[in-house]
Amino acid sequence: MSVIAPKFRLGYFLKAIFDNAFWILTLVTLAGIPAIQIALFFAPLPVIDGQLLTAFLAFTWLFNPTMQIPLIKALLYSDLFRIAAFPGFGFAALIAAGTIFVERKMLAKLQLRVGPFYCGKIEGILQLAGDGLKLISKEIIIPAKADKPLFWAAPVLFVGTAAAFVALIPVAPGGWVVADLDVGLLAVFAVIGFFPIITILSAWSANSKYPFIGGIRALHQMVSFEIPLILSLLGVVILTGTLNLSEIVESQSSFPWIIFMPIGAIVFFTTMLAELERIPFDLPEAESEIVAGWLTEFSGMMYGLVQLGSYLKLYAFAALFVIIFLGGWTGPVFWPPLDTELITEGIPIPNYMGDPILTVATPGLPLFDKDPNEWVMQEQGGLVYTSGQLLISGVIWFVLKTVGVIFFILLPRGVFPRIRLDMLLTLGWYKLIGLSFVNIFIALGLVYAGVIGPGGIL
Amino acid sequence: MAEQVIPTNQMPPGLQVENVDDRIMTLNVGPQHPGSGHMRIIVKIDGDYIVDADPDPGYVHRGEEKMAESRNYITNIPHLERPVIHDSCNILYPYVLGVEELVGIEVSERAKYVRVIAAELNRCIYIQYWLAIYGIFLGHSTMFMWPAGDRELLIDLMEKITGARVTHAYFIPGGVRNDIPANFEDVCLRQVNYFEKRIKEYADIFYDNPILKARTEDTGVLSREDAIRLGTTGSVLRASGVDYDLRIKEPYDVYDELDVHTNVLKSGDSYARSKIPWLDMLESCNIIRQALEKMPKSGSIRTKLKPNPKGQIGEVYRRVESGRGSAGCHIISDGKIEPYRLKLSVSSFRNLIALPYLLKGEKLGNMPAVYWSLNYWPVEADR
Repeated sequence: MSVIAPKFRLGYFLKAIFDNAFWILTLVTLAGIPAIQIALFFAPLPVIDGQLLTAFLAFTWLFNPTMQIPLIKALLYSDLFRIAAFPGFGFAALIAAGTIFVERKMLAKLQLRVGPFYCGKIEGILQLAGDGLKLISKEIIIPAKADKPLFWAAPVLFVGTAAAFVALIPVAPGGWVVADLDVGLLAVFAVIGFFPIITILSAWSANSKYPFIGGIRALHQMVSFEIPLILSLLGVVILTGTLNLSEIVESQSSFPWIIFMPIGAIVFFTTMLAELERIPFDLPEAESEIVAGWLTEFSGMMYGLVQLGSYLKLYAFAALFVIIFLGGWTGPVFWPPLDTELITEGIPIPNYMGDPILTVATPGLPLFDKDPNEWVMQEQGGLVYTSGQLLISGVIWFVLKTVGVIFFILLPRGVFPRIRLDMLLTLGWYKLIGLSFVNIFIALGLVYAGVIGPGGIL
Repeated sequence: MAEQVIPTNQMPPGLQVENVDDRIMTLNVGPQHPGSGHMRIIVKIDGDYIVDADPDPGYVHRGEEKMAESRNYITNIPHLERPVIHDSCNILYPYVLGVEELVGIEVSERAKYVRVIAAELNRCIYIQYWLAIYGIFLGHSTMFMWPAGDRELLIDLMEKITGARVTHAYFIPGGVRNDIPANFEDVCLRQVNYFEKRIKEYADIFYDNPILKARTEDTGVLSREDAIRLGTTGSVLRASGVDYDLRIKEPYDVYDELDVHTNVLKSGDSYARSKIPWLDMLESCNIIRQALEKMPKSGSIRTKLKPNPKGQIGEVYRRVESGRGSAGCHIISDGKIEPYRLKLSVSSFRNLIALPYLLKGEKLGNMPAVYWSLNYWPVEADR
């Protein structure tokens, strides 16, 4: 239910909008555009498709769609696009927002209630935006004797570390990853290692008892579960012989590793839940014991940033599970392959008699592009998948698998109570480490028996 | 500046020097804490272990007993149920029984059955609320939502009888305030049957949950001897293996005509203490069905009292089995229209006495599980 101010009148409202539009347009015309033009005198202009991109040319391209293609392509292959939009922060934040919505509605269905319902008219779809606005508009309160620089830095560092984790995740074939490292998995372990440090620093700097207990618990939990986490992934590294995440995905083009390593997958899933501080391992935020754990003193958008970071982390962990055990983006391509001639020559357009009179060149279009990387092309008998087809198909498979894993991460919240610290440590140090060694021995056995690996049967 | 140390023998009376150990951290759990309720537990922890726990109730003291001395026997009814509004019929029951004896009026058979039905429905409503909080204390959000939602079934029934959802003020000396509606038996039977089916499902998600069992079994163990020695009642006593239920031991109204079973578990740990109320709800469903069957279909439900009834000079003590244990009411009358002194003896306060003994040596993570398994209601303890 929306509340309209009692003195609201539509005429004043429209006038205010027209006034704003008038002043914005005036300022842009009189000050903005000249300022851009002056700045362009001094800035080095980019070369796109062999042409110097002057301001005049950019305005011309706005009205010539075929000329926009090189611009779009240049944007798609720029580093900024990869970091900010796809497959970096924007993509991950979108999936994180979807995760929060699904979590609320799914738990509500499980618990015989409706969940967010009114905000946004359709099943409370704008509830998250409302929550974000509320968090932004709230006052940020800092405890009196807190260590202010560290306390301020903690949420930012948390989001930054989570974004660094996201940057290592390859999403689609053709090098769609922000940082394609040969030591990708090692970098993942390194980034995960930052989280306990940030947690304990923020908890300690708050100068409060409950955050301190929560921080100590988080430290216990993350340190004792990081070892089984690393060990559970070593089996796959032994079998593939590489640490590069993209190559690990390519090695699963015929079957995913979860078939040979279910134990490793289970251990990794359990440790993942613990690293994400989700129920039943949400001891650092245990509400009825230590208020909100290490998040107790965070308020306003600082709390919002920590939540954003934790959901980015959730996406990244789910994606890591998909990449290592479920085969990443591999899967059947959704649509049929195209004729090679269609790509190289163009699309012939017949006249009314059926005779081809015109050929529209396709190579420039992003979806019909022959990628410079040869390995994405799969030519068989004159038929070819374009890189655009492979990209979209790969992304859809990747997102489907990731969403499935996220569903199983969310599900325990409705089923299990919280466990105790000593039970958690017993689980981490005794059971999971033992199981991950069993997994490593299975991998070594497969390699030495000659089933998988160089010269193997599969 | 060096701290001034006062020798112990020169201290003012009532004060004592606290020995501060650097290993020990003092936590004030409550009164503003998601795991406390309207009270405070001063917990001293050494690492993850609780070395000392000191419950500190009194934040919601309302002076119900003093208030009762300035109101007559009828106007005392609505405010005496305020300590436990979720169990309002049962907390009012001993007062009404006592006043009936003081004033000397008879209650009709039908009114007694209606009282039993309302009391058992209210017991289920209370236990559902308690169970919901127990679920969220253990981090089990589904166990918070399910009982809180299923509770509505019985609240609807109570609303049909009394007109109020929570604070009913239904029992009065001489019977009940108004008759039950015409088709109430059918509706009640249907809703209670469905309710029983629903609460049996709680076992699947909560009581048989391996994590819950691993967490609450063998924590906060109260032995049979300690349970008797500390004076606990109700579910806490029965979870420690003492078969003690006032509905059987001292049957009031028509409980002696009904087939009532009590549930006793021997282990005395948090798990048993949390399971007994759930078993009680199943038993309540049986009692309600029996009472609906045996209830006279027509008749008076209220013996008329004269205005401003005066009690005989003397005193009376009556107690009933409430949702938490025995709830007693001691009324002293000096022949006036209001009681000379009224004392509520409530089970919450008596169960709370066991808390420091149970928490000592436990882990901090067990605190909510042990604390709320005592079937404690902070407002009732303060009166």
